[in-house]
Amino acid sequence: MSPILRVADLRVSFATDEGVVHAVDGVSFDVNPGEVVAIVGESGCGKSVTAQTLIGLTRSPNATISGTAIFGGRDLIDLSDDELRTVRGAHIAMVFQDPMTSLNPVYRVGDQIAEMIRAHREVSKREALTRAVELLHSVGIPNPERRARDYPHEFSGGMRQRVMIAMALALEPELLIADEPTTALDVTIQAQILNLLRTLNREKNTSVVLITHDLGVVAELADKVVVMYAGQVVEQASLDELFYQPQHPYTWGLLGSIPRPDEIRPDRLPQIPGQPPSLRNPPTGCRFAARCEYVFADCVQPPPLRSGSGIGHLDRCWLSADAKAGRR
Amino acid sequence: MLFVFIVVFCLAAPLWADHVAHTGPNQNHITDKVLVGGQLTDVVAPDGTPLGPGLRGRYLLGADQNGRDVMVRLMYGGRTSIYIGVLAAVITTLLAVTVGVLAGYYRGWIDSVLSRILDVVWAFPVLLLGIALGTTLALGGLRIGGIQIAGDSLWIPILIIGVVYVPYMARPIRGEVLALREKEFVEAAVAAGKGPLRIMIAELLPNIISTIIVFSALNIANNMLLESALSFLGAGVRPPNASWGTMIADGYQTIYTAPHLTIVPGLMIVLTVLSLNVFGDGLRDALDPRAQIRPGR
Amino acid sequence: MARFAVRRLAGMIAVLFAISVIVFLIFNVIPNSDPAARIAGKNANPALIARVRADLGLDQSLPVQYLTMMKQIFTGQLTSYASDQNVLQHIISGLPVTLSLCVGAALLWMVLAIWFGYLSAVHPGSFTDRSLTVLSLVGISLPVFWLAAILLYYFSFKVQVFPTGSYVPFTEDPLQWLYHLILPWITLAVLYVGFYSRVLRSNMLDVMNEDYVRTARAKGISERQVRLRHVLRNSMIPIVTLFGLDFGAVVGGGTILTETVFNLNGVGLYAGQAIGKLDLPPLMAVTMFGAFFIVLFNTIVDILYAFLDPRIRLGEEAPA
Repeated sequence: MSPILRVADLRVSFATDEGVVHAVDGVSFDVNPGEVVAIVGESGCGKSVTAQTLIGLTRSPNATISGTAIFGGRDLIDLSDDELRTVRGAHIAMVFQDPMTSLNPVYRVGDQIAEMIRAHREVSKREALTRAVELLHSVGIPNPERRARDYPHEFSGGMRQRVMIAMALALEPELLIADEPTTALDVTIQAQILNLLRTLNREKNTSVVLITHDLGVVAELADKVVVMYAGQVVEQASLDELFYQPQHPYTWGLLGSIPRPDEIRPDRLPQIPGQPPSLRNPPTGCRFAARCEYVFADCVQPPPLRSGSGIGHLDRCWLSADAKAGRR
Repeated sequence: MLFVFIVVFCLAAPLWADHVAHTGPNQNHITDKVLVGGQLTDVVAPDGTPLGPGLRGRYLLGADQNGRDVMVRLMYGGRTSIYIGVLAAVITTLLAVTVGVLAGYYRGWIDSVLSRILDVVWAFPVLLLGIALGTTLALGGLRIGGIQIAGDSLWIPILIIGVVYVPYMARPIRGEVLALREKEFVEAAVAAGKGPLRIMIAELLPNIISTIIVFSALNIANNMLLESALSFLGAGVRPPNASWGTMIADGYQTIYTAPHLTIVPGLMIVLTVLSLNVFGDGLRDALDPRAQIRPGR
Repeated sequence: MARFAVRRLAGMIAVLFAISVIVFLIFNVIPNSDPAARIAGKNANPALIARVRADLGLDQSLPVQYLTMMKQIFTGQLTSYASDQNVLQHIISGLPVTLSLCVGAALLWMVLAIWFGYLSAVHPGSFTDRSLTVLSLVGISLPVFWLAAILLYYFSFKVQVFPTGSYVPFTEDPLQWLYHLILPWITLAVLYVGFYSRVLRSNMLDVMNEDYVRTARAKGISERQVRLRHVLRNSMIPIVTLFGLDFGAVVGGGTILTETVFNLNGVGLYAGQAIGKLDLPPLMAVTMFGAFFIVLFNTIVDILYAFLDPRIRLGEEAPA
């Protein structure tokens, strides 16, 4: 089974007034058919930029993009804008973080979905609207005929996100990219949306790239996890492997900072001290060294991403396998 | 940056007038002659056509029908125009800020009353109001309490222009104050026991300063345009005072024979107003907190 | 909705009332000279002046004078002090001229402004953008009457392309009507094109950074569609409201200068002449007319805004 998406050595940098920002610095991962790949990291680590670059949303005069992203036999990075446009929506769809601002406030919801359908298929407006109503129904919006004629602000946050998802799935794309889909929602609504995504993934075999900073969401949904820090991938593993045998100090920090109901509550939630490094002048050695509890002499050299314990389990840390097993 | 220079020049040149001018702005030299290319030429030709512009020490920009030196008049007139523009802007700003802040801060009936007043002034066709006030006040001057302002004093147009534009500035300020008022730092100040006046001055004012400055720069520009319009129609600056507007009015009489009399003062207005607009715009961009990613160098 | 309309209407009437009082006061209280004496002429003797005063009702108390004048306005009986013409007739005859001027100029400026603003916004920082910005800035710095004079001078005097003004009614000769109005249209439009194109440009640049534009791109629709259906559509809302306000102001008295220079006998010119003679009745009527238009358009704009932005129409707060 070959992956539907192969990202290799993706690099994205932006020229700004204060210098060049290396937002994404050599990211690689694969997505298999029907798989849910979660990209985790804190704000500013480059996960959103990675996702948006895949469908060319970061292309601009001051952006420099290199690397490859093979999808459907073509390299997305190399495609012209016109060719990329045929991919967007129809083969790779994207759902964004804030449903309040991601929908145009002056158009009806049904029309916005229909617009996307008609951009890729030769159908009449009426047919497109009918399809839109079906889609709204499939994501669990009650009264879809009536609701399709409503405006975005007449929906609640959770409903709006369902609309976004409905729109994204209109043309049955092979890959859905969800950029922090639940971050702006209440916890109870979060669960519903995640359920929806899981159902869609299982029923339609749509692959999902899920961007998030919330490990709880990862645990719910992901098959494979990619951990990013300061523009690089620092660990990559299957879900179980990551949670039970994490190999990178950053991952340890992330896992350690989740409150656990089955343990005695500590006085203070463990935090990773310090701030991520500036992406304008990334440190030459390991980028996590400044905040790492286990830093040692080798860390002045940039560690490569390489296989450690399990199959397909990669990490970017100099510590020996024993040291990692012991200190977790 | 070039424009800052132009602004400075336009503003400063009139102030040098006294030192540089070879004659007064109102002195007629109808019968004089001047050296042009070695030949003695009439300042005002027998048929009434005045001298055109040229490169010479005197009458650099020619003369008008009364033999007055255009360049000199331009400088003195410019001083008047700018003087009026700036002072009117001061009045507008003071009034607008006061009204805007009070209305925005207190809301309730104070806001209703002030807003109604703004609405009335706003609904008045600007030019009509200006002309109406201009012509009537010019006749007999203004008498308020003990203050007496003569009909042909410059204060008449200054006050008129100052008042007319108050709604343009007061409304946005009121809007900003209304929004700012809801923010936490105002609540904190109230909780700390600060009186309304202190809150308005110490908390609200610093936050709207950038809006005020930008609007003021643009206001000076608008004032100068309004002053020239009023003067052109005879409702602004009155003789013997000159302003760029009156010069255009004068020059308009002989536009076909001596176009430079109309073109030149107008051009000065355009340049000055343009510089102010560019300046105001640049100021607005610089004060805009939204940083932008610009193309790499 | 009906309550909203009634309240606005009441507000309108209140404002118009206040304006009429102010105009009345300006002309009767401020001048330190006697209107009757002025009208009677330089060589009038006291008896003549007294008779003029009685004729025009100037010997009554101010409030009575005011009420009389108001009544005359509403019954269409208002006569000018200086001449014997009926003011209302004069205004009505001047209306087509002024409206031709305003509507034509408005169409011109909106079309150009949208075109220029759009071009500037989709190629920000380019040569086109920078030149258009410079042009716009120059446009808003020109004194209207000066521009009119210069255009007249160059295009009807030096190069005899256009006529020197005066108006030809549409019903008489459409082509001549157009021909005579082109220079005035350009004069009036220049200022507004400059202003509106910059506002549109600024709005569009803001909207382009909005999330829903990113979503639109992610949907795979063409760039042109994104620009027109999403960016332009949303940027136009504030423009339409500004336009309503400005159009009201232009009809309501912004044409004085243009009509004067081009000798178009519309309402503006009438007002200018009346002011010169300090003739109160026409002035009062024209000011009321102007104010009415401004207030009317203010109200229309408010209603229109609700229509264009569904968020307001359906009760939600408008974004700041």
